Amino acid sequence: MATARALRARLSARPERALRGVSAGWALAAGAFVVVSTLLGLALGPVDLGLGAVTREVLSHVPFLGVSSPFSGTEDAILWELRAPRVALGLLVGAMLASAGAAYQGVFRNPLADPYLLGAAAGAGLGATIVIAYDPGGGLDLRPIAAFAGAVLGVGIAYLLGRSVGGSATTTLILAGVTVAAFLTAVQTYVQQQSAETVQEVYSWILGQLETSGWSDVLILLPYVAVSTAVLLWHRRLLDVLAVGDDEAASLGVPVARVRLAVVAAATLGTAAAVAFSGLIAFVGIIVPHAVRLMAGTSYRVVLPLSLAFGGGFLVLMDLVARTVVAPAQLPIGVVTAFLGAPFFAVVLRSTRGVGP
Amino acid sequence: MLHRPLAALLAVLLALVIAACGSDDDTAAPPATSSAAVETTAAAAFPVTVEGDNGPLTIQEQPDEIVSLSATATESLFAIGAGDQVIAVDDQSDYPADAPQTDLSGFEPNVEAIAGYEPDLVIASYDPGGLVDGLEKLDIPVLLQDAAPNLDAAYAQIETLGTATGHVEEAEEVVDSMQTQIDELVSSASGADGTTVYHELGPDFYSATSDTFIGSVYGLFGLVNIADEAGDADAGGYPQLSGEYIVSESPDLIVLADTVCCGQTAQKVSKRPGWDQIAAVESGNIVEADDSIASRWGPRTVEFVQLIADSLEGVSQR
Repeated sequence: MATARALRARLSARPERALRGVSAGWALAAGAFVVVSTLLGLALGPVDLGLGAVTREVLSHVPFLGVSSPFSGTEDAILWELRAPRVALGLLVGAMLASAGAAYQGVFRNPLADPYLLGAAAGAGLGATIVIAYDPGGGLDLRPIAAFAGAVLGVGIAYLLGRSVGGSATTTLILAGVTVAAFLTAVQTYVQQQSAETVQEVYSWILGQLETSGWSDVLILLPYVAVSTAVLLWHRRLLDVLAVGDDEAASLGVPVARVRLAVVAAATLGTAAAVAFSGLIAFVGIIVPHAVRLMAGTSYRVVLPLSLAFGGGFLVLMDLVARTVVAPAQLPIGVVTAFLGAPFFAVVLRSTRGVGP
Repeated sequence: MLHRPLAALLAVLLALVIAACGSDDDTAAPPATSSAAVETTAAAAFPVTVEGDNGPLTIQEQPDEIVSLSATATESLFAIGAGDQVIAVDDQSDYPADAPQTDLSGFEPNVEAIAGYEPDLVIASYDPGGLVDGLEKLDIPVLLQDAAPNLDAAYAQIETLGTATGHVEEAEEVVDSMQTQIDELVSSASGADGTTVYHELGPDFYSATSDTFIGSVYGLFGLVNIADEAGDADAGGYPQLSGEYIVSESPDLIVLADTVCCGQTAQKVSKRPGWDQIAAVESGNIVEADDSIASRWGPRTVEFVQLIADSLEGVSQR
């Protein structure tokens, strides 16, 4: 086990550093990144509200400052009813996908694992497609519920399939996930082809978008992300121990199967809730955790909290690009995350050769 | 009031824009062909040669086993009295009700299934997966009529269908009647100068620019299409707008062409966050159009023009 040897060597060589959590410098950097991307996300958009005006408008909501809002009703609506919820949704979805990705990579000891690994994306896609194809614009929007149910169902089947095959090997579980995903994708494509007139809508959902139906989306998603990320952060030390291997972790007294189930369940529920509103945004769950590992260290005490912060800020910035670069039109955000994320990650990868996990 | 000279000017400008932006070969040809066709087939004399978007096509005898994979062509064929010659139409051809609807697909066409009907003419609006090549290999005549970019091209397609099916005069009558009705509706429509319109194809804010057929209809009324500013970003003429932009443009008229596909209604639209600021929402000028009428370029275009003309009365009274 090269990984285990390397980790032990690292643990013994730099005990202090390995035991520490996020350093003050990185905590500050992550905080600043989130704040700056949030402000940019609020200040910029297809409609030019003016940086100064946005600042004054925000300050006008702070009591006792006596700043008056410079905005008309339309501008106010654009900022607070369209742009702000979109930025908030970006923060939540980005944080969720990135931390779920980090957790999946830890629990499966597989650097290619992402939040969609066990069939969550295929399941969510099938759920959303069925609603779009067969219940267009019913009374209430069933899409998030169907996507959520599909994602949970997909991962649930994959988990049961993996368990029934037996063995504790994570490979079995991953293969089960791939199998379930392939099957669900086939069904999804079939349903999509059966109702040609809604192909466009399905396609645009699959590529992901953060256009919200207002604050209600954000408020529904918030508790899922809060609980899910809290569970993931709670397990950050155990994920470090798990990194040395199942047998080794078990011999250190870690209940491997229970930890894996808890982490997979939390990451899946959070991911399912996020994609229910955002569609399938690609790549965030892979590049953000790896970029964090390459830059700040491989301990999950560092990777999880930093992925959370950088993931949120990253997605807000990507969405900013998606809605401004071809303004007044917009691009699907999944296109932007992959198009800009891949070269960015290539640069990080090259500039930190040999440091990675 | 929209003045006729202005309408004419806009029509000319629109034609120029389309000529400049349109694809290379498909827009210019039809008018010339149809006038030639009128001469050759005045006595319904076959063989005839018609011009499709897949090139010239010679039809030896009057076809009486037509398969239409184009919902627009289906409507036109029945309107020009060629309905009896149609033996099968695709799953999207839901109008008129007596069209012989089958589960043939125009989006995912199965050449074998089409050939199974032993058609003597196939009409399609879309050529995916080698449909035209496949049918030509089987010596089945196929006439491709892509989405028309404007009314003139739509008229030309109807006339071409008239020639191809031996209904030249009826086709001319249909076109004349469409032209007359549309001209009347447009010229009597109330003041539309500077009135802005947002045409919605889906709740994800896909829209249509003036380069599209539906956009050209708004051009007739002199409406300003808010999607045009996004036209450069999307050569297809169907950009996805951002919600912020729509709210800030505050269009005077919203036309929903996603009432069937996506269940959108004026009420749902007015409840979208921030949309209460839009002029059209404030004044209730939200038109619920039938998706299929608004997405086809056949004889029922008149109904769509009527809908817009009616709604403009509401806009001018605000």
